[in-house]
Amino acid sequence: MNLMMKRDRHCHPFRWLLALAPVLLAGCQGGILDPKGQVAADEKSLIITATLLMLLVVVPVIVMTLVFAWKYRASNTKAVYTPKWAHSNKIEAVVWIVPIIIVCCLAVVAWRTTHKLDPYRPLDSDKPPVNVQVVAMNWKWLFIYPDLGIASVNELAFPKDTPVNFHITSDAAMNSFFIPQLGGQIYAMAGMDTQLHLIANEAGTYHGMSANYSGGGFSGMKFNAIATNTPEEFQAWVAKVRASGSKLDAQGYLALAVPSENNPAAYYALGEPLLFQAVLHKYMAGRQSLAASAEDIRLAELTRVLCQTPLQPAAAPKE
Amino acid sequence: MTSSVSHANAAPAAHEHEHHDSGSQTVLGFWLYLMTDCILFATAFASYAVLYRNIATGPAGHEIFELPYVAVETAALLLSSLTYGLAMICGHQGKRQAVLGWLAVTFAFGAVFIGMEVNEFHKLIAEGHGPNVSAFLSAFFGLVGLHGLHVTAGLVWMAVMMLEVARRGLGERTLVRLSCLSLFWHFLDIVWICVFTIVYLKGVL
Amino acid sequence: MFGKLTLDAIPFHEPIVMGALGGAGLIGLLVLAAITKYRKWGYLWTEWLTSVDHKRIGVMYIAVALVMLLRGFADALMMRTQLAMATDGAMGVFPPSHYDQVFTAHGVIMIIFMAMPFMTGLMNIVVPQQIGARDVAFPFLNSLSFYLLVAAAALVNLSLGVGNFARTGWVAYPPLAELAFSPDVGVDYYTWALQISGIGTTLTAVNFLVTVLRMRAPGMKLMQMPIFTWTCTWANVLIVASFPILTGALAMLSLDRYLDFHFFTAEAGGNAMMYLNLFWAWGHPEVYILVLPAFGIFSEVVSTFTGKRLFGHTSMIIASGVISVLGFMVWLHHFFTMGSGANVNAFFGIATMVISVPTGVKLFNWLFTIFRGRLRFEVPILWTLGFMVTFTIGGMTGVLMAVPGADFVLHNSLFLIAHFHNTIIGGAVFGYLAGFTYWFPKVFGFRLEPKLGKAAFWFWQIGFYFAFMPLYILGFLGMTRRLNHTNNPAWDIWLYVALFGALLIACGIGCQLLQLGVSIWQRKKLVDQTGDPWNGHTLEWSIPSPPPSYNFAVLPQVQDIDAFTDMKEKGTAYAKPASYAPIHMPRNTAAGVWIGGFTLALGFALIWHIWWLAIVGLVGIVGSMLARAYDDDRDFYIQPAEIEATERAAAERRALAATSA
Repeated sequence: MNLMMKRDRHCHPFRWLLALAPVLLAGCQGGILDPKGQVAADEKSLIITATLLMLLVVVPVIVMTLVFAWKYRASNTKAVYTPKWAHSNKIEAVVWIVPIIIVCCLAVVAWRTTHKLDPYRPLDSDKPPVNVQVVAMNWKWLFIYPDLGIASVNELAFPKDTPVNFHITSDAAMNSFFIPQLGGQIYAMAGMDTQLHLIANEAGTYHGMSANYSGGGFSGMKFNAIATNTPEEFQAWVAKVRASGSKLDAQGYLALAVPSENNPAAYYALGEPLLFQAVLHKYMAGRQSLAASAEDIRLAELTRVLCQTPLQPAAAPKE
Repeated sequence: MTSSVSHANAAPAAHEHEHHDSGSQTVLGFWLYLMTDCILFATAFASYAVLYRNIATGPAGHEIFELPYVAVETAALLLSSLTYGLAMICGHQGKRQAVLGWLAVTFAFGAVFIGMEVNEFHKLIAEGHGPNVSAFLSAFFGLVGLHGLHVTAGLVWMAVMMLEVARRGLGERTLVRLSCLSLFWHFLDIVWICVFTIVYLKGVL
Repeated sequence: MFGKLTLDAIPFHEPIVMGALGGAGLIGLLVLAAITKYRKWGYLWTEWLTSVDHKRIGVMYIAVALVMLLRGFADALMMRTQLAMATDGAMGVFPPSHYDQVFTAHGVIMIIFMAMPFMTGLMNIVVPQQIGARDVAFPFLNSLSFYLLVAAAALVNLSLGVGNFARTGWVAYPPLAELAFSPDVGVDYYTWALQISGIGTTLTAVNFLVTVLRMRAPGMKLMQMPIFTWTCTWANVLIVASFPILTGALAMLSLDRYLDFHFFTAEAGGNAMMYLNLFWAWGHPEVYILVLPAFGIFSEVVSTFTGKRLFGHTSMIIASGVISVLGFMVWLHHFFTMGSGANVNAFFGIATMVISVPTGVKLFNWLFTIFRGRLRFEVPILWTLGFMVTFTIGGMTGVLMAVPGADFVLHNSLFLIAHFHNTIIGGAVFGYLAGFTYWFPKVFGFRLEPKLGKAAFWFWQIGFYFAFMPLYILGFLGMTRRLNHTNNPAWDIWLYVALFGALLIACGIGCQLLQLGVSIWQRKKLVDQTGDPWNGHTLEWSIPSPPPSYNFAVLPQVQDIDAFTDMKEKGTAYAKPASYAPIHMPRNTAAGVWIGGFTLALGFALIWHIWWLAIVGLVGIVGSMLARAYDDDRDFYIQPAEIEATERAAAERRALAATSA
């Protein structure tokens, strides 16, 4: 029950909309209204601010609709009836200007928050960030920690209160990388390197998922994001991954790339530091901007290996 | 309804005020259709603008475009617009033979254009520069091919119109159709000028 | 011989699909047998299928829309059932291979084959009558557009029994929609169905733009056109400007799939995000194409049933225009999460919010039309009031999602699903159903039974809240769209409630169908002899119901926005002219049917790579068009005597109704 009371505060502003408060409030847990990090908390308060601002127009419109409809019903012959009255400069002015003012306010809010909450903007923190490279595969998530020399599938960990910098790409169809309680999502696209900056301010295990449909195994494309209480716990996790996992090199990656569904968490020691870049380059041959980086022979070689998998007909080698 | 030609397809003069005064309405409708076509071409141009740098393992524009060759193609199409204009002038004067003659010349120019384009495509594909090589070549073949398909359709239409003029003379309905084809043909000319500038000139320079 | 088509393409092993096919086949056979038994084939062919009369074409559009509504709604019920069953790790009844087709088909059908034809049907029936015209500018083209839609709808339905439909979501984003990830025919069904219906829609828009530009009754200035005609006109402008983009995008996707091009592929430099941009450059205007005519319907309904002039007619026209123009500048809000950067996202977000200004103005204009009116609570007004409340909420959640910071957590969630159903059902569908009830007596000469109409409304309205409010909550709880099964106990209750809501809506649709049946059965009792059952304001109510094929015996002289009210007040309504002039009419033609049939063959052949059939289809299309072009027997004159007789009969019916009332 304590938990329920606590959720109550988070959901409060939406009670009017749902009118189903008691059941709902218990259910807020785990969603975007139950944020566990600064980014998600800002996004939640943005949702609330924007909604309240809009209610300034929405509530009067709904009330007026019902009141006018009732008051000017045909059977109410006492009400004023002006069949030819169809224009009023005053009313026209009000109905144009009031929404414009509200939209101006919203626009200011939107402009500021869009910049503040830009997923590409690194978070301010005195702690050095954890770097994670994310690859969306058919149908699982690969997380590479380039600085720590480890990789994992469908499980991700980082210490709380520490910014996490994600670089995200896809080796399959388009997906969207999303941990609702920690903040917004960003697309994972083949040949593109998108970025996301998140932080957890509470320890816990949070649901992560693909938010963009990517084919048959999409529904099982979930992962756990573990925010550890202390850096030591995180180091313990890293050590566990490094110790228990097999080596993820080019061949290991190709084996992993075979489409599979509902994968359990798996751990690897990273055998190939350029793996993420190679996955990116697999699809970037066509872009002139990258022609210059072909000087990295090792990367080119690795990319060539990844391109040879027969299971990815999209990437048949081009001679 | 100033058409002096008495013909089965000319509406009875008694009902000039009628709604189904088809001529100007048809031309307006066709013009609106051309606007939709214009947006289709704009889409193709936009995709070309997005993709033209993505040459992948294939060649860039300046490696495959032959400007003098394309210049001849362009000249053929531009001249065909001129000759179509002459056909229309003769059409409004009711000179059936002259119309047929100018249409034939226009058709010939158009056929030269299409023939040269097909030859260019064939050569590129034979040299291994087909649309399957890179996004740039896909966009190139897509855009130029879209224009080529339009010109081909225009040629088929022109052949039909030549038969119509030859067999039925220059009735009002025929003149309206010739006007629509005229719009179409000049429109394709304008589009080609954009293709020539944006694809070929810009590709080579 | 049959390309990729083999017997394996028929899903014998899927009992649900075979059951649906069997059921649909049985109903189809019964209908065919009934037509044969009552010897109605000739009537059907000469009076309806080959008709170029805009009213009949409009009715056929709506018939197609209603049939496709049933199919699309069956898909919706299947989805809700699946999600209510597949909770807590259970897998439900539909595996992804089937379920993913269901949600794709649901989206495609509801947007392209339900909403669009419903809107086009109402536009067909009403617009020429509202502007005092006898037909559209190009009657044959109108018939052709309809048969292109039919061919496309037939392809979508064929995919149920032959092969499969796309498993990509209705947006068919590459690279998922590319050959590498979707090697079967599903996406090809999708592209060709959309392509064919899109061409039909574009031709319709051209047709109606010329109609309103050139065929208005004498005296009717552009700014005096009735508001429904105006909103349709804006929608047509949007169609002309946006559908070619879809045509282009789908053509590029087809080139990728058929000829190994690389427009959107992941490799060789293709750019999948270009597809997203092109798709939504069409897709966003498309939602305004759907909703603007509905706004027009609400305006007509509010004005009529308050017995009052529409407040701010000019302001409404301008607001619709502003919405149309802005509708083209907001497409990127469908993918803020692509990572375009804060400036770009903020620009598109704010542009989106600006649209709420003219939309809000419209709502206030309706409110001030009700203000000091005499509101009669007929069924169309119920839909309108339901819309005003529901759509306001949907608009608000839309603006919320236009704030990029909020969209990052709401994008692709069930909150989004709730939002767009909130606007499309609460806006467009409620509008079409209001229009359906409002203009039904005009088309058929009898009203729809009001009690069942009210029941339908309440089931829809309450069902809507039960079905979609839970989805808002589920969105907040972090549930994303297109999931096949879930494993989160907190979500379960809401999934059950949503299923309950869907069942309520099913009752609403049932009432609607029942209403149609009961009304036909009791048509004598519900008959309208006056042609003006609601005391209407606009010209369509000045002619008999059902209108004669020529609509107006004499073209009306228009002097006011509410042209018919003006005539009634001046006593010039129903004035009998000294004599009638012959009326020039287009003759019926089967060319549209043929071209539609050959297009269907062409589409099917392209999907299955049956090249000889493709050639047959193409040659057939061109041949039919040429045959039509050189058919000299395309029009005729209705003679004054016949007009006189028709008009006299109508006047007598009107007089009779006046004395008995």
